[in-house]
Amino acid sequence: MYTTELKDKNQAPQSAAVVEDPARLEAFEARVAADDFIEPKDWMPEAYRKTLVRQISQHAHSEIVGMLPEGNWITRAPNLRRKAILLAKVQDEGGHGLYLYAAAETLGTSREEMIDALHSGRAKYSTIFNYPTLTWADIGAIGWLVDGAAIMNQVPLQRTSYGPYARAMVRICKEESFHQRQGYEIMTALAAGTDAQKRMAQDALNRWWWPSIMMFGPPDENSPNTAQSIRWRIKRETNDELRQKFIDVTVPQAEAIGLTVPDPDLTWNEARGSYDYGAIDWDEFYAVVRGEGPVAKERMQARVKAWEEGAWVREAAAAHAAKHQAREAAE
Amino acid sequence: MTKNWPLWEVFIRAKNGLSHRHAGSVHAADAKMALEAARDTYTRRMEGVSLWVVPSAAIVASDPGDAAELFEPAADKVYRHPTFYVIPEGVKNI
Amino acid sequence: MTKLVGVKENLLFDYACRLGDDSLILGQRLSEWCGHAPMLEVDLSLANVGLDLIGQATHFLALAGEAEGKGRDADALAFRRDVLDFRNCLLVEQPNGDFAQTIARQFLFSNWQELLFRELGTSTNLAIAAIAQKAVKEVAYHARLANEWMVRLGDGTAESHARLASGLDWMWRFSDELFEVDAAIEPLIASGVACDIRKLRPEWDGIVARVLRDATLDLPKPRRATVGGRSGHHSEHLGHLLTEMQFLQRAYPDAKW
Repeated sequence: MYTTELKDKNQAPQSAAVVEDPARLEAFEARVAADDFIEPKDWMPEAYRKTLVRQISQHAHSEIVGMLPEGNWITRAPNLRRKAILLAKVQDEGGHGLYLYAAAETLGTSREEMIDALHSGRAKYSTIFNYPTLTWADIGAIGWLVDGAAIMNQVPLQRTSYGPYARAMVRICKEESFHQRQGYEIMTALAAGTDAQKRMAQDALNRWWWPSIMMFGPPDENSPNTAQSIRWRIKRETNDELRQKFIDVTVPQAEAIGLTVPDPDLTWNEARGSYDYGAIDWDEFYAVVRGEGPVAKERMQARVKAWEEGAWVREAAAAHAAKHQAREAAE
Repeated sequence: MTKNWPLWEVFIRAKNGLSHRHAGSVHAADAKMALEAARDTYTRRMEGVSLWVVPSAAIVASDPGDAAELFEPAADKVYRHPTFYVIPEGVKNI
Repeated sequence: MTKLVGVKENLLFDYACRLGDDSLILGQRLSEWCGHAPMLEVDLSLANVGLDLIGQATHFLALAGEAEGKGRDADALAFRRDVLDFRNCLLVEQPNGDFAQTIARQFLFSNWQELLFRELGTSTNLAIAAIAQKAVKEVAYHARLANEWMVRLGDGTAESHARLASGLDWMWRFSDELFEVDAAIEPLIASGVACDIRKLRPEWDGIVARVLRDATLDLPKPRRATVGGRSGHHSEHLGHLLTEMQFLQRAYPDAKW
């Protein structure tokens, strides 16, 4: 669903532990600068590999953890159509996690290692999924805002320099095209509904707006690795550029269905051709990155529980396959 | 015996007449499961009419370091392409 | 919708509800797994099965609503009936339990549903026939998935074998109900709308015996059947499932979603 580079504020920018061969490094940089794709078996600097594994796995974790807040409402969806759509949508997020884990695996890190990093708290995932889904309107808000923000970020990643990541993103973008629309459709229905539904819709927008625009990550001046990531085509636009783009397209969508964006400082800036927006509470953002989001504990508990309770199933299937192979070999 | 399920590469034939094309990977304990995981992951939007799954470990790949010796020698064999040849003006069906 | 001479509308309504409720309730149960399965690939498979079932439920309940002729659509039937009016079998409403229990339920049900839909493909009610012809392909896949998982878990580790045996033991008492024929169905069988499910029992028994043998599991001993779902007398579990599923429609009766 979404990724940006997430690190604790005080964490030092990554320094390459290995000294790379300057000639190979230069050739690599030249290929990337020429928008050539890097493929799994190609030589790549260690820092590039590490940054990619971190970014792709973070992205994959976000998809998987992102199944939980929306999954919370599948069994309570208000009608059969919404139920099927939501189940298909959350399933898609699972599929996207799967594509991304597979892309990261081509860099030599197994899915189990990545999952272990998530469960032990070493790996991050998008801050947005540490907020609770309280009403049905939250499902609309997530589709509209969170998937909307995701699209902003993911579309340029289809041209990212690492081939398997770019290909995963192409598939993901194609599949996600319905996600934002279904969310907006939910919001539209609520905003045109009963007073109780309108209240639900506005309340959801109030709660999800700020976390959604925080999803793009810290402001550019506090995003130390952005320049390198852009040079490596791992990132194609800066956090602030993407955030501005998102705000500019989303505000009119809110207005179109009669909802109010909860930012008193939001004003159209004629000269810039963009909206000026109010100050973002970055303390909240960094707290959530540190794992202090309102439902961070619940999210991790659910993931760890599913993984641990599934251990005997994974072992059984592996044991059965081994027995089966042994029997075939004996025949 | 490892308890981690191995990785399989998934190839999809989009429609008859086309060859199978690499779509992605899945983890599965056995071949049947790999086929079903491929079906449930990669053909949810009518992407295909036929599937192959191959254990990733079974794929033998060329080394990018050998790319120059493997592929560059083909570059100057222009005579393998029909446009290399000069045909007199007006001659047809050749 | 095709109207059949001699078939009372309320019988057709009742039968379509049985078919639709089976799919609806099992689809609801499977959707509980979403995001919590033992492996990502399995999560996707279970969701696909759930989506098929919810689709079937939508068609059958729409048909039921038309047959009833009182203006209730599929959603009204799914979200505004109480326990006594649900017509699903007891098997599908059983809790997911662990993955083995879920697979045992799916195994007994999907193999049954595949045979049922195969027969209903030639129902004299063309609407039922059309739904069944489409759905039988979906269900054949569900049965295949479930059968393979039965063998993996049964013939996997000692733990998986024990878990599956216990899951099967939980579900087995509800299998006779699948083959029950009551007064509400007899006329529909006579007119070729419904199929005489009793005749499919030997075939189903054969499939079950074969899969259990491959799974190195013993066939559960015959026991007194637990029945009641087709007449609205359900297990305690259904009320809780409906409480959750119907919450929004109950809390906001005037709302459109």
